[in-house]
Amino acid sequence: MTPLEVVTPTAASGLFGLAWLLIALPLAGALVLLLAGRLTDAWGHLLATLMPIGSFVLGVVLFVDLLGREEGARAVGVPLYRFIETGGWRIDAGLLVDQLSILFVLLITGVGSLIHVYSIGYMAHDPRRRRFFAYLNLFVAAMLILVLADNYLVLFVGWEGVGLASYLLIGFWQHKPTAATAAKKAFVVNRVGDMGMVLAIMLMLATFGSSAFVDVDAGAGQMGGTVATVMGLLLLLGACGKSAQVPLQSWLLDAMEGPTPVSALIHAATMVTAGVYLVVRANAVFTHTEVASTAVVVVGTVTLLFGAWIGCAKDDIKKVLAGSTMSQIGYMLLAAGIGPAGYAFAIFHLLTHGFFKANMFLGAGSVMHAMDDDVEMRHYGALRRALPITFATFGLGYLAIIGFPFLSGYYSKDHIIEAAFEHNVVVGVLAMVGGGVTAFYMTRLMLMTFLGRRRWAEGVHPHEAPAVMTVPLVVLAAASVVGGLVLNNWIEGWLAPAVRAEAHEASLLHFTPVAAVTLLLVAGGVALAWVLFGRRGVPRTAPSTRSPFVLAGRRDLYGDAFNEAVFMRPGQELVRVLGRADETLVGGGWSATGDVLAGLSQVGRRLQNGFVRSYALTMVAGVGMVAVVLVLGRLA
Amino acid sequence: MEPSYYLVLSAMLFTIGAVGFMVRRNAIVAFMCVELMLNACNLALVTFSHAWGLLDGQVASFFVMVVAAAEVVVGLAIIVSIYRTRRSASVDDANLLKF
Amino acid sequence: MNIPWLTVLGLLPLAGALLLVALPRTAARAAGLAVSLLALVLGGWVVAQHLAGAPLAEQVPWIPQIGAYWALGPTDGLSLTMVALTLVLTPVVLLASWRDEDRRGGASEAVRDVAEVRQREQVLVGAGGPERPATVGGGAGGGAATAAEQPRRWSARAFFALVLALEGFALLAFLTTDVLLFFLLFDAILLPMYFLIGAFGGANRKRAASRFLIFALGGGLIMLASVIGLYVVSARAGEPSFLVADLAALGIGGEVGRWLFVGFFIAFAVKAPMVPVHTWLPDAAEESTPAGAVLLVGILDKLGTFGMIRFCLGLFPEASLWATPVVLVLALVSILYGALAAIGSKDLMRLVAFTSISHFGFIVLGIFAWTSQSMSGSILYMLNHGLSTAALFLVVGYLVKRRGSRSVEAFGGVQKVAPVAAGLLLFAGLSTLALPGLSSFVSEFLVLAGTFSRYPAVAAVATLGIVLAALYILLMYQRTMTGPVTDDVRDHVRSDLDGRERLTLAPLVVLIVVLGFFPAPVLDAVAPVVGATLEQAGVADPAPSVGQEAN
Repeated sequence: MTPLEVVTPTAASGLFGLAWLLIALPLAGALVLLLAGRLTDAWGHLLATLMPIGSFVLGVVLFVDLLGREEGARAVGVPLYRFIETGGWRIDAGLLVDQLSILFVLLITGVGSLIHVYSIGYMAHDPRRRRFFAYLNLFVAAMLILVLADNYLVLFVGWEGVGLASYLLIGFWQHKPTAATAAKKAFVVNRVGDMGMVLAIMLMLATFGSSAFVDVDAGAGQMGGTVATVMGLLLLLGACGKSAQVPLQSWLLDAMEGPTPVSALIHAATMVTAGVYLVVRANAVFTHTEVASTAVVVVGTVTLLFGAWIGCAKDDIKKVLAGSTMSQIGYMLLAAGIGPAGYAFAIFHLLTHGFFKANMFLGAGSVMHAMDDDVEMRHYGALRRALPITFATFGLGYLAIIGFPFLSGYYSKDHIIEAAFEHNVVVGVLAMVGGGVTAFYMTRLMLMTFLGRRRWAEGVHPHEAPAVMTVPLVVLAAASVVGGLVLNNWIEGWLAPAVRAEAHEASLLHFTPVAAVTLLLVAGGVALAWVLFGRRGVPRTAPSTRSPFVLAGRRDLYGDAFNEAVFMRPGQELVRVLGRADETLVGGGWSATGDVLAGLSQVGRRLQNGFVRSYALTMVAGVGMVAVVLVLGRLA
Repeated sequence: MEPSYYLVLSAMLFTIGAVGFMVRRNAIVAFMCVELMLNACNLALVTFSHAWGLLDGQVASFFVMVVAAAEVVVGLAIIVSIYRTRRSASVDDANLLKF
Repeated sequence: MNIPWLTVLGLLPLAGALLLVALPRTAARAAGLAVSLLALVLGGWVVAQHLAGAPLAEQVPWIPQIGAYWALGPTDGLSLTMVALTLVLTPVVLLASWRDEDRRGGASEAVRDVAEVRQREQVLVGAGGPERPATVGGGAGGGAATAAEQPRRWSARAFFALVLALEGFALLAFLTTDVLLFFLLFDAILLPMYFLIGAFGGANRKRAASRFLIFALGGGLIMLASVIGLYVVSARAGEPSFLVADLAALGIGGEVGRWLFVGFFIAFAVKAPMVPVHTWLPDAAEESTPAGAVLLVGILDKLGTFGMIRFCLGLFPEASLWATPVVLVLALVSILYGALAAIGSKDLMRLVAFTSISHFGFIVLGIFAWTSQSMSGSILYMLNHGLSTAALFLVVGYLVKRRGSRSVEAFGGVQKVAPVAAGLLLFAGLSTLALPGLSSFVSEFLVLAGTFSRYPAVAAVATLGIVLAALYILLMYQRTMTGPVTDDVRDHVRSDLDGRERLTLAPLVVLIVVLGFFPAPVLDAVAPVVGATLEQAGVADPAPSVGQEAN
């Protein structure tokens, strides 16, 4: 295999020396809000909103700077300080601003800022709003550490940091036991993935003596095939945890317990895509291992269908969107697994998905806001009149995700499906089918929510959200529409050096047989949904069904049941048995030793009878014995 | 001078003291028996000192005497106070210090 | 004049302890805190001297016939790290028990108080109205009933004096380089700890204190045999000496070395504590006051892992290598066993104690993995574990004192009524589960990664511990702090942490965060001692398989 070209970052100069401010601003916001306490109740949310906006502005400045540079100088290393040095290892905390990470910075701070603005309206009446914004800021900071890190260990710091923020935000309404449980579940399942991630980093350190991207990239060609495979699989495990991919998917649906802006930012647009980022970033590793790359493709394909299936069966609007998120990330991972041909498409879809899914989640939040926090789609219907702006923006997001021609999803998803076909026909067909299913469940969602007859509960008076919430919707909707057009021809060439791929010329009017069939399938999905839900109308309660497909979908394809049967119950049993054994066997064993000794002394203490004369007798006997021994010793 | 006479006497005195201590119940008598044993030891010490022509044994006997005197002071006081509280000087009655 | 600063540092708290006994009750607390702060300042100066390149050392012949010395120093990264931990934790602990000890010994005393209040209320209701002042009526009835089973605790003055005595012994034990002196201090430190548990703890404190003392003395006795053995070996080799440097130069190996190693190791394993000789720790931590538990787990137990590095590895490198497989298995068992037991624990203090057993497993794993990374990680872990467990014990203690029960089930929804306490509990918990950005992460990662480079399978199994850590902390947090507020919690947890309580946690929080992002100074400080230990054993770090030649 030919050694990969290693991109050595150029030294930071000028504004890039300030790149740490990207992270420091939101971090400072979080600290101020958490430490200053109630003092900041009145204005804390405004401060918190300014912070990611500040980061965004800086990000744009840096991006423009990068745009102006020649291709070879677009990766800028910003060393910060010596993090760990021991033995032969030296791990520096440093930032890497390159073509890949700057796109993420813009996505995170851009979408993040919009969601902060939206939250001002959404959380207006929550007494703990200050904390919410503090956690959001913390999340943005951690996510920026994740994408800006220049080595895997620092990346992992951000990786767990976003996990923490996710934990705090899912469980934001801690008084609800379901929210607390969901938060804990998310963290623990993520920890399983993190275990893979930690092991992968340890393997890197053991193999290369460094965890820096440059060193891993440089050494990747020389490591053994087994090492590469193990490393790839471990990284994939980490990616599965964070990106809610099968088999670590179960936490994402429960994570919808969090406030809706959180679902939009963390569980749709940014954090859950970190797994894709990781796979793309670690391209040097995956290039050298066929097995792990194939595993990535398989995981992506399975999750793509898995999520879509769940999306079809749920009646909870957020859970449909969550299933859809899983499915779309499956697409990205599939693309990332294909290799250099797919990396740019994965990131492309990641960005467009960030726009339209955040848009739809915020739209769902707006709907819930209008419907008194009811999430049951069967209670909606005909909301297009009551919520015109939400309907329009949501509709654009909908068209984008199903791949309506010339909208963003059309380009990004189509590229992936075509790449999948080139990679393997089976995968390609499955990806294409997934596109049809996506159209089906998204159309179902649209029909149940905005069209059809009204099925509102008594006393519900839907009203459009205030401007502070609708403006972000409009911006994101616009991005969903034009994102594909803008990025399509550009992103591949832009990312090529960072992911070591060759750029192809992509055309805006690119049209192939695969695209045609995909469009047909999408149309079929839309039509089917129309037949089933548009024409017939929707009952207010979920119809009982015997269909195993629907039942399985409603129960998240038995993911929880599986975890419960395989891990939870045996684990609980183990803990119980061990707790008892600790008390009886181990503790009891030592106690028994003590009891035996105590019993012996019970016997021995009888000798102390209190009679002076018997003591004297004992003494005389003892002296006699000593005398005898001495005499015998003399004689011998 | 033949030390063996003195040593035999010392051994006899010691034996009388030891046996007396074991068979007699009266605390005063037991006490006297202890003194007897101590003095038997003193006798042996002085005898050996004389036999070897060294002063160490005589010095040691002075120590023993001092200890014996101290013992008398403390011991008699204890016996008196026991007698006062229990109306008995029998050592078998003072057997509370046991398991 | 040449002032023996290390001796002064070690004896200052001991002198302070004596002073406290002489002072009037009211002044004792302030004096105790002042002494501990003075020691902290002095310790800071000693550390500064060391970092400036002038390590302090003192050596005076003590019992020349057997080669025992009053030898403190030369200071190195290992001893100073532990000294710093001791110096930081002591004032924190003193401040944390500022108001406690005169009458209420913490956890279980509060349980009693609640019972007393209830009884009092009943008495009042029964009497038909508050004709008599409540304190008089209830105090007599309730007090008499409980006084029989719960003898009155010792005074705060005694508590402060004992803590200072413990600090002094610990400082000397960490600083000494004479095996006999270390042994004496290793046992002497049990005295203040025994009384801290036995005189101030919960309902079953007597039993727990005895258990602690018996285990620790048993270990100490076995160690004594090895200390005597060391004397014999060194006397045979020429001039007897108990100095670590002299003994290490003998290169004790072979059969003798193994026996002597085993004697030391058992004592340290009991102290550390490792499964299966851990049973005293959960009892002791459960029954002692939170402050006592902090000292016990934070400082006293560190003598075990400290001793492993300084004496087991330092004096018997060959035997240590020989025992490595067994020790690694024991460490793995400790990690998983402690974590699982913590998950199943229904008592908060016990839970924290079990997490410590798991963490000590990590520390021992790092020591016996024989890489400079893992061993540096272990030393750093000792420091970080002291900080994060202290924070955890203190917050739990504050909550338990309010609620009047240590049981997990007695809590629920606390974050609603005491958000700061809940937040700090979560912070301490996250530090315990080694969240990146907090100090424990660096040490745990270094231990695991260092171990991985030599024993990949062992490290992979140990990594399970981080998943279990998430479970035990978050389950505990979920059960106690989240959900709807229960009535009992609303009744008892009336106030959030007050200023003094926050002040005690503030230095810990700051240190945890700072060391989480900037661990390099500590790692630099311990690098020489780790390097020397490994070099003496003739072990080199496993080289990375690829990539080094490129650099």
